Amino acid sequence: MKLSGAEIFIECLKREGVKTVFALPGGVVLKIFDMLHQQKDLEVILTRHEQGAGHMAEGYAKATGKAGVCLVTSGPGMTNVITALADAYMDSVPVVCFSGQVPTHLIGNDAFQEADNVGLSRPCTKYNFLVKDVNDLAATIKEAFYIATTGRPGPVLVDIPKDVSQNMAEFAYPNSVSIRGYNPTYDGNKWQIKQAADAIAKAKKPILYVGGGVVFSGASQELLELAEMTQIPVDMTLMGLGVFPGEHQLSLGMLGMHGTYQANMAMHYSDLVIAVGARFDDRVTGKVSEFCPHAKVIHIDIDPTSIRKNIHVDVPIVGDCKTVLRELNQILRATVNGDQKDLRKPWWDQIHQWRQAHPLTYQQEKDGPIKPQHVVKRLYELTRDRDPIVSTDVGQHQMWAAQYFKLAQPNRWLTSGGLGTMGFGFPAAMGAQAAFRDRLVLCIAGDGSVQMNMQEMATAVVSKLPVKIIILNNGFHGMVRQWQDLFYNGRYASSDLGTTPDFVKLAEAYGAVGLRANKVAMLDEVLKQALATEGPVIVDVPTYPYENCYPMIPAGGCNHEMILEDPPELKKKQSGAQKVTPEDKDTVLTA
Amino acid sequence: MEHIISVTVENKFGVLSRVAGLFSGRGFNIESLSVAPTLDPSMSQMTIVTSGDERIIEQIVKQLNKLIDVIKVVDLNETEFVSRETAIIKVHTKDADRAEALRIVDIFRANVIDSTPSTYTIEVSGDPKKIEAIINLLQPLGIKDLVRTGRVAVAREPIRQAVTQTKKVARE
Repeated sequence: MKLSGAEIFIECLKREGVKTVFALPGGVVLKIFDMLHQQKDLEVILTRHEQGAGHMAEGYAKATGKAGVCLVTSGPGMTNVITALADAYMDSVPVVCFSGQVPTHLIGNDAFQEADNVGLSRPCTKYNFLVKDVNDLAATIKEAFYIATTGRPGPVLVDIPKDVSQNMAEFAYPNSVSIRGYNPTYDGNKWQIKQAADAIAKAKKPILYVGGGVVFSGASQELLELAEMTQIPVDMTLMGLGVFPGEHQLSLGMLGMHGTYQANMAMHYSDLVIAVGARFDDRVTGKVSEFCPHAKVIHIDIDPTSIRKNIHVDVPIVGDCKTVLRELNQILRATVNGDQKDLRKPWWDQIHQWRQAHPLTYQQEKDGPIKPQHVVKRLYELTRDRDPIVSTDVGQHQMWAAQYFKLAQPNRWLTSGGLGTMGFGFPAAMGAQAAFRDRLVLCIAGDGSVQMNMQEMATAVVSKLPVKIIILNNGFHGMVRQWQDLFYNGRYASSDLGTTPDFVKLAEAYGAVGLRANKVAMLDEVLKQALATEGPVIVDVPTYPYENCYPMIPAGGCNHEMILEDPPELKKKQSGAQKVTPEDKDTVLTA
Repeated sequence: MEHIISVTVENKFGVLSRVAGLFSGRGFNIESLSVAPTLDPSMSQMTIVTSGDERIIEQIVKQLNKLIDVIKVVDLNETEFVSRETAIIKVHTKDADRAEALRIVDIFRANVIDSTPSTYTIEVSGDPKKIEAIINLLQPLGIKDLVRTGRVAVAREPIRQAVTQTKKVARE
């Protein structure tokens, strides 16, 4: 039976197990939307901006581990989704994006709403296709999902001209895919794995440095086994949070620019770094020439280009984290002997010293302004039993969330790491919520970044995605302000946002619920009220505006040279600082 | 250090820009790039001349391999290889220079492939040094146009080891 391109599109998505499409229509994709409208298997979530659609697909993918799907129109639809594709590319998120294109005979003519979609997305996708013939559509979609979800995952774009979605073709969905230039390596080299096991057995001060690759590989069990068997401490990257239980005694928390003191010190003084699914990003390495000066490096990653890109590696293992860790564990089970706890005692004594010397800390006065860390901590304590999914935007609040929200399991943490995309958090949370309607999904946001993609509140209300947004509202682009305070002599160039908008009223304007906690004493109550509310909620929490995020490794600094608190001159300055929140006289903040 | 990298790719539209985009996006050098279909028309062969230290070349090779349209990557510097480049040079030739131009052509085993009363168009192929040399010699005559193909290269076949192997066996 012959089907139109639009129907083939839908059939293919169904066969790929897609349940939800985040989409925004336009002229050249109308046929596809018309067909989507006439079926029941795929849910279409109409977003208010294509960037939102892209981030929702990312959130869906990060929470489920399956490909997220978005559908946008040509021209501006495509250019709007680019940020989300670039974000997905940096963070290896499997997203399949379908874009409309002008009819094939008009391509290259500067037609209305034409853009070179394949050209635009080339540097920010794992692969992209322009489908010129409806007969190629099914096979192309199959390949797109295959490429997006295998190897190191990533976004794939399929550009579908208007006539291709309208033309008819015989539908046959291929069972398998074979691409001669694409054969990801899953099994690690056995000899290298043996080398790794030997190195682990010899190491006195080993450390596991684990990232997002372990999440996508689904290797958290294997990681837990490895760490517990060998009593090796675990540092997580921002992308890896949750892959190892944050409260586990072997967890040192997050490492890197705003990582914990013990995580960074342990990294710096270790004699063996076991990197698993992490890529030695500059936010982790700091000054490359002085990164882990005493350590041998084992690097397990599915992407060969990640290995030796930034850091010299002694034992490179290209392969899937899960497969490799399993094999490594098998060898270690046979060779590890003696009580590992005794063996590691000197190393752990050292780590405990670091931990005690500089734990994560903040000072919350009873009647003083609310500290942002306190909000995150209370939110964590109030929701930990409900196993929430947590998304963040980008900035100070993101780092505090990473430090204080100690996730116990993977696929609960949605954040924009590589690209650092403000405006990611809210739509990503909605994407996760669309996948898990009954779960608690929190979005910890800043007042600056949440205003990027705030329009998606309309989507949340209409599509009934009851995300709870907690805004740590300091009236600043807080991280920018922090850098200005530390490195630009306190000149707040374009970082002061004032105190608009009134987020409570804004939520209400969209038909959502808005709440505000002005005082420490009412914080718990307001948070509980938000958690008990059915629909989407914004909780606006005006926080102390001059709080800085520590520890901090200045850009290009060494990992063991962290700034741990405000320098004295800054403290003096801030003690006289005032910032007034005019919408509510009760919320006047003084330090 | 200069490296010649031989890349077998899918013969599809857009592949060249993927390869070129990889180099520009990651700040790698391209000194020359030539591309043409192989015996199998579904594939093309690229020869890329690039430069960089060991780490950069390793990244270039890995990043090329990562491209889905790339089927095979060989860093020819890891083996013995032969390379050639062709140049077509149009030279002004006043009456007095025409004989000199032909002499140079002769010395370099080049060919005159087009001729007018005031110009010769010369085709020459060889390694880059040879091309540079003939250009230098022709320059005083006045070069009107110069096009170069960029280098193409192929790995040398290993020389047969039959004789030495027999000896080995005999010794054992």
